[in-house]
Amino acid sequence: MLDTPYVQTPSQTLGPFFHDALPYAAGPNLVSEGTEGERITVEGRITDGDGLAVTDALVEIWQADAQGRYNHPEDEQDKPRDEMFGGFGRAPTGEDGSFRFQTIKPGAVPGLHDAMQAPHINICILARGVMKRMATRLYFAGEDSNRDDPVLNLVPEGRRRTLMAERAAGEPVYRMDIVLQGENETVFFDI
Amino acid sequence: MSQPRPYRREQSAGQPAYLYPDYKSTLKRSPSQPLITIPHTLSEVTGPVYGHSRIAPVDADLTRQHAGEPIGERIVVSGRVLDESGRAVPHTLVEIWQCNAAGRYIHAKDQHPAPLDPNFTGAGRLVTDANGEYRFVSIKPGAYPWRNHVNAWRPAHIHFSLFGPSFVTRLVTQMYFPGDPLIPFDPIYGSVTDPRAGARMISRFDMESTVPEWALGYKFDIVLRGRDATPMEG
Repeated sequence: MLDTPYVQTPSQTLGPFFHDALPYAAGPNLVSEGTEGERITVEGRITDGDGLAVTDALVEIWQADAQGRYNHPEDEQDKPRDEMFGGFGRAPTGEDGSFRFQTIKPGAVPGLHDAMQAPHINICILARGVMKRMATRLYFAGEDSNRDDPVLNLVPEGRRRTLMAERAAGEPVYRMDIVLQGENETVFFDI
Repeated sequence: MSQPRPYRREQSAGQPAYLYPDYKSTLKRSPSQPLITIPHTLSEVTGPVYGHSRIAPVDADLTRQHAGEPIGERIVVSGRVLDESGRAVPHTLVEIWQCNAAGRYIHAKDQHPAPLDPNFTGAGRLVTDANGEYRFVSIKPGAYPWRNHVNAWRPAHIHFSLFGPSFVTRLVTQMYFPGDPLIPFDPIYGSVTDPRAGARMISRFDMESTVPEWALGYKFDIVLRGRDATPMEG
């Protein structure tokens, strides 16, 4: 296949110095006044194989609106789209490796055929030393629908907890730490 | 509802592995467990469709973002964004960033003792046109030392970030310059071990796109993941 002219261009690391280039207008705040849905904070910390903070990563999230519809032409579900919600956010990690988004809890979206997926947020991680974007998902701990989620069911049971965001007591704050390597390594997907 | 149209799976032979020990930063930042392959659902075949209104023409001309002109050799970097079927990827966001002609990034943490250029930030963005074409004006970035190994130097390069139409098609890469003597010594370039694939990251000098008596031209076409030609039942 490599002899055909149209093969994906090789991926390269983001490097450490992207901050002046990639400020996204909305950045880590996906919500505006008219957005429907439960306001939540999604946060976490990225660490490497030595447990050290990854201070120069870029975290991007992509999610459906509160009704479970993506703001994208290929989402042809027969339900209204929240025009006040784009669904994309971008945040660099801080000096302690942490990231934080202000968003809404997404609704459930369909999987393949008739299966439904549990509510989730798609995550893309880019950083120095990361040769290709790392794709993972954030699920909401305690959701009944997690049990039947077709993607979670592809993950060995013992590793599913790495994808679960725990809700802080009394606050709409969900936390999922991301471990790039080693003990408690986050599950990353080949998409 | 119709089923999502899946993308072709990544052709790993043309891509770097996560772990490439010659590039030291990969040692502790690469996953040790195999990735888990998941089907392409709506979550994967959709992705951010950028609002174009926020991009101004000056965002694509890195030589006109300040009161004065940056020091360096003016270049025009242009090309097409295509998918693996050779089809144009129109109206997609392309972001670039680079160091200045002396090899220094504006970033506060870049401690390379080369001069900053007050007239150069080194960041640009645009949206491809209906034919997937793009055109940036900039200055040629310099080489710079880094601490990966003794006497390590990065070849001149421009970082590119692209979205394409879906979460799957997201790509961050680097564009190199033809004939750069540092390329064979660079472990980031070398992480793409297939030489034919590596060559796809090197732009070509293009007399056509030079601007006479003003700027040199380089062409760099970028290919994003394409659809699976033979959708599988799953």
